[in-house]
Amino acid sequence: MSWLTTITLNHFLVLAVLLFTLGMIGVMLRKNGLIVFMCIELMLNAVNLAFITFAAMHGNEVGHTMVFFVMTVAAAEAAVGLAVFVALFRNKVTVYVDEAADLKL
Amino acid sequence: MDAIIFWPFALLALLGAVLLIFHKNPIHSALALIMTLFSTAALFVMLHAGFVAVLQILVYAGAIMVLFIFVIMMLNLQREELGLRRHAAKKIVATVLALGIGLKFALVLTAQLLPRAELAASFGSVENVGMMVFNDYMLPFQAIGVLLLSAVIGAVVVAKTRF
Repeated sequence: MSWLTTITLNHFLVLAVLLFTLGMIGVMLRKNGLIVFMCIELMLNAVNLAFITFAAMHGNEVGHTMVFFVMTVAAAEAAVGLAVFVALFRNKVTVYVDEAADLKL
Repeated sequence: MDAIIFWPFALLALLGAVLLIFHKNPIHSALALIMTLFSTAALFVMLHAGFVAVLQILVYAGAIMVLFIFVIMMLNLQREELGLRRHAAKKIVATVLALGIGLKFALVLTAQLLPRAELAASFGSVENVGMMVFNDYMLPFQAIGVLLLSAVIGAVVVAKTRF
C-alpha cells in the first residue's frame, strides 16, 4: 500500500480527474441553473489543479500563468452568467434550465 | 509527511464536490464549493504554487463565490426536489458515462509514474509568475483586461434591461 504513504504527482492528477468527473455529473443531473454553473466552476478548478501539477512536473511556471488566465476568464464568465440568470428570473421567475426552453425547436 | 497533508485535503475537496452536487439547498451547495476551493488551494501550496493558491482564495472563494451567494440570496431560491423521479434512465446513463470517462482518464494517468522536477525555492513566487505574465504573456494579459471590461459592461446591460 505504498500509494497511501508516498504522494506522487499522479495522486494530484487523479484527484483532478475525480473533481472534473463530479462536476460533469453535476452539470448533467441538476436542473438548477446556478448549481450547473457552480459545477462548471468546479470543472475549471479541476483543470487548474492539473495545470499546477504539470507545472511541478516540468519545473516550469507557464502552468501558473495559465491558471491565472483561467481564473480571470472564470470571473468574467461568472459575472455575465449570473446576470443572464438574473434576467431569466425576472422574465420567467425560474432558474431551472429545463424551463427555459423558448429557443427549442 | 506529504501524505498527512494530502489525504485530508483531497478528501475534503471530494466531499465538497459531492455535497455540491447532491445538496438540495443552493446556499449549502455554494458553501460546499467554497470548501472544495479552499482544499484545492492547500494542494496548490503543496505543489509550490503559493501565488496561485492565494489567488484561488482571493478571487475564487472570495470574489466569485460571494457573487454566487449574492445572486442565490437575491433570487431567494427554494429547495429543489432531487431524485430519480423524472428522466431516471437518462440520469443513470449520464452518471455511468461520466464515471466511465473518469475511470478511463484515471487509468491513463496512473499508467506511469510522473517525474517531479527539481524546483528552486523561488518556484511559483509572485515575482517569478509576475515576470512571466508581464514579459512573455503581455498581449494575453492586455486582452484579458479588455475581456473583463466587456464582461462587466455586458453583465450590467443584461441584468438591467427588461426584454
